[in-house]
Amino acid sequence: MADMSVAHTAGASKLGRFIIYGLLALVCLYYLMPLFVMLSTSLKSLDEIRAGNLLSLPGEFRTDAWVKAWDSACTGVQCGGLKGFFWNSVSFVVPAVVISTMIGAFNGYALTMYRFRGSDLVFGMLMIGCFIPFQVVLLPMAQTLGALGIANSTLGLVFVHVVYGAAFTTLFFRNYYVTIPDELVKAAKIDGAGFLRIFFSIILPLSVPIIVVSVIWQFTQVWNDFLFGVVFSSGDRQPITVALNNLVNTSTGVKEYNVDMAAAIIAALPTLLVYIVAGKYFVRGLTAGAVKG
Amino acid sequence: MGALSIRNVRKSYHGNEILKGINLEIDKGEFLILVGPSGCGKSTLLSMIAGLDSVTSGEIRIGDRVVNDLSPKDRDIAMVFQSYALYPNMTVRENISFGLQIRKVPAAEQARIVERVANTLQIGHLLDRKPSQLSGGQRQRVAMGRAISREPSLFLFDEPLSNLDAKLRVEMRTEIKLLHQRMGTSIVYVTHDQIEAMTLGDKIAVMKAGEVQQFGTPQEIYDNPANLFVAGFMGSPSMNFIPAKVEAVGGGYGVKLESGQRTHVFPVPGGDGKLKAWEGREVLFGIRPEQITHKSESRLGLPQFQTAEMPIRLTEPTGPDTMVLVPINGKDVVCRVHPAHAGQPGESMELMFDLSKSVFFDPASEQRIA
Amino acid sequence: MNATVLSSTTAPAARPVRRCRWCDTLDAWLPKLVVAPTFVCSLVFVYGYILWTAVLSLTPSRLLPNYEFAGLVQYEALFDNERWWQALSNLAVFGGGFIVICLAVGLLLAVLLDQKIRAEGFIRSIYLYPMALSFIVTGTAWKWILNPEFGIEKLVHDWGFTSFTFDWLIDPEWSIYTVIVAAVWQSSGFVMALFLAGLRGIDDSIIKAAQVDGASMPTIYRRIIIPSLRPVFFSSFMILAHIAVKSFDLVMALTNGGPGFSSDLPATFMYSFAFTRNQIGLGAASAMMMLMIVVAVVVPFMYSEMRRSRHG
Ligand SMILES: Nc1ncnc2c1ncn2[C@@H]1O[C@H](COP(=O)(O)OP(=O)(O)OP(=O)(O)O)[C@@H](O)[C@H]1O
Ligand SMILES: [Mg+2]
Repeated sequence: MADMSVAHTAGASKLGRFIIYGLLALVCLYYLMPLFVMLSTSLKSLDEIRAGNLLSLPGEFRTDAWVKAWDSACTGVQCGGLKGFFWNSVSFVVPAVVISTMIGAFNGYALTMYRFRGSDLVFGMLMIGCFIPFQVVLLPMAQTLGALGIANSTLGLVFVHVVYGAAFTTLFFRNYYVTIPDELVKAAKIDGAGFLRIFFSIILPLSVPIIVVSVIWQFTQVWNDFLFGVVFSSGDRQPITVALNNLVNTSTGVKEYNVDMAAAIIAALPTLLVYIVAGKYFVRGLTAGAVKG
Repeated sequence: MGALSIRNVRKSYHGNEILKGINLEIDKGEFLILVGPSGCGKSTLLSMIAGLDSVTSGEIRIGDRVVNDLSPKDRDIAMVFQSYALYPNMTVRENISFGLQIRKVPAAEQARIVERVANTLQIGHLLDRKPSQLSGGQRQRVAMGRAISREPSLFLFDEPLSNLDAKLRVEMRTEIKLLHQRMGTSIVYVTHDQIEAMTLGDKIAVMKAGEVQQFGTPQEIYDNPANLFVAGFMGSPSMNFIPAKVEAVGGGYGVKLESGQRTHVFPVPGGDGKLKAWEGREVLFGIRPEQITHKSESRLGLPQFQTAEMPIRLTEPTGPDTMVLVPINGKDVVCRVHPAHAGQPGESMELMFDLSKSVFFDPASEQRIA
Repeated sequence: MNATVLSSTTAPAARPVRRCRWCDTLDAWLPKLVVAPTFVCSLVFVYGYILWTAVLSLTPSRLLPNYEFAGLVQYEALFDNERWWQALSNLAVFGGGFIVICLAVGLLLAVLLDQKIRAEGFIRSIYLYPMALSFIVTGTAWKWILNPEFGIEKLVHDWGFTSFTFDWLIDPEWSIYTVIVAAVWQSSGFVMALFLAGLRGIDDSIIKAAQVDGASMPTIYRRIIIPSLRPVFFSSFMILAHIAVKSFDLVMALTNGGPGFSSDLPATFMYSFAFTRNQIGLGAASAMMMLMIVVAVVVPFMYSEMRRSRHG
């Protein structure tokens, strides 16, 4: 929508634009405020926190809260900081993301380029799976994981995230593949290529953008997940989100807000980093996953 | 032995019959055109020949093999698509050699073939580019290169020129024709452009709503259309169809035409046989614009030529000719007149009708009468 | 064109592709084989499990599943449970507030950002970053900010307004509104992104035509642009409703359902009964109710929207 302001008179438009920029800047401050507060609080000492207020700057930069959050803060009964939980998260997030993206790519390819009787039905069924509240599968899944002996294990969390993430990745890939002309696959069939050959030689090389979108989306989802983590794991196998919540709610001794904030930033850091590096793809994933329900 | 024979082929999607019993046959080296309006099933038929769509019933043979159950790769065909369908991630060279690679042609031979194809199509300088770096005409050439590299026994083209601009389209049309002459491979070529159909085809199948309306050489189809649809579809500007009453005239039969205040009855040469049954009834009198021209003295008196003076409603100069619109029996009829002889709107002019190639249709069934 | 004779060499295509019926059959089945595992998983782990949960909700299960049929006792217990009613009414308050505010803020920001703003990309990425955070992180941060002792209340006191009180977090009447505040902060940027994409998708020429017709900018927005964003409203509503019903992490981190159970939502209710209070049957019944809420909200909305798009 170009040239909206053309019709305006110069003066009114100048004032108008001033107001617009002012509003936008104000909203920026609102969105940035919590991050700023977290960061500055994490760098203060407890005394400074008590003496100052949310917006007061730390007098000197202290990293002890960070060290404690990482190394020795108490999350429930243990007091080993977040580090173990951070690596827990890494250990199930990486395989879950890789596997669910691969599954999504294959499914999307098969469902768009090789329509078969019932392929739309299958797709519709998968999509409904995106919509259910997960609470409705928690109890049976807990029973199943227990019976399979993979409750409270990395494998169990990978399994759960793959099972419930594959619907989303399939959706991404399908929506991307419908924009690729059918004729490409037809041409390859006539050239003599089969299902797998076409996928690996032609379709996959074209899929880089959507692979990035899917990886980022899945990474954010799985890393940030709390529900599956809190239900299907316990003790020192828990993911970082659960550990963070435990850390914040552990009520032994003095409440150390600076450590809480440092811990929150540590838990947020990987996804924030992804957002900063590849925000464009992140947004694309959000809108792609959302607009087509 | 025919290069391709299609016998009673039908196709339905979910109970909808898209192709209703197609029969076509071409010899080795022939150039078959499938032409018809959008949605008539041309692409579907081509896809079935290629093996990309299954055949609901009937039989398709390529050479001496029934190919109904063969997969595309085993049919010894190559296809050029409307969108070219070049593999975007591969260079031109890789695009051309992909099919060879899958067929495990040794690398050295692949290189030789690519080079030869590139020479033939003059795309040697493009071999290391990606399709996105090519112009429309170049993509078109690469798509053809990919098809000819495998030297199949049958080429399939699905509207290969429709994405090109008018000038390029004419050039490529000529090239395809030259290529066909040189290689002598049979071709099935889908188009909805009737000029392409006329210029390229050895045989034309005019299709409508899943049926072949007429199958024959371009000239047969042009001169002797089987029905109203074919007559109207082929030729540009289209044939005039004038509702007219059949009357007995001078021992034979003729058609009664009213224009301005005047009424003319034109005797139809050889019309006595078939038109007899229609005496007193209305038929559709079909005459192409180029068969109505200005009066030429040299032809006066020949029995198939009739002249009449008619009022001009509109003129449309096209350059070589001027289209003159005159009202006949309440219809605007297009006449193709030399520009020097064309009158002005509001005037009237003497026109000469060549009735030797005129055709007549039953207005109800739209089938040819005579 | 140069007259190389193509057909003089051995025709490579005469060399057929390795013919094997078996490979062709396999190839024809591959697409289905590839999709099959996901299909089965979805059948079992989504549809099967919903059924299983439904069964559990009809049993007297407590700590362990017990498959005696007990009829609707769990549902009766659920609807006799004051905490459940609190969770439901909280869901209505939270869902309504959250959705309406997010839509309004998102639309406003999108319209503002659509005025050829210079640093648009940068501003947009600031509005959107909360979406990359975990609700647990968001909850932790806002818990600190809203903390009456050291948070906003203190900040305003330090500015000199000493009579100012802001203690929603510990006020049972208001605690659910803190969840709205934090949730809006996290999700409104996302709605803005959806609306912005919608605005960018509108055909320029329609707006030009309206300008030529003499319509003012506010009229154009009100009469042309915003109505044409209907599909975006639709998808935003669906997503936000979905987030609202599923909201769990945020409440856990921000208020843990408290004070008391004043900020409980169905999701936290379900978790607490199914997994900490060992009332599997009741938990299952509440999970089924959550599913029904989603269905009740989403299905009519989708249906009306589909009818519209079919007629429109
Ligand atoms: N997969 C399909 N399922 C159902 N109907 C189909 C399918 N493919 C084609 N059709 C229908 O078959 C008819 C013929 O389609 P086809 O693509 O062969 O037409 P066409 O003659 O090539 O037209 P065009 O000139 O527009 O390319 C159309 O009415 C189309 O709607
Ligand atoms: Mg077609």
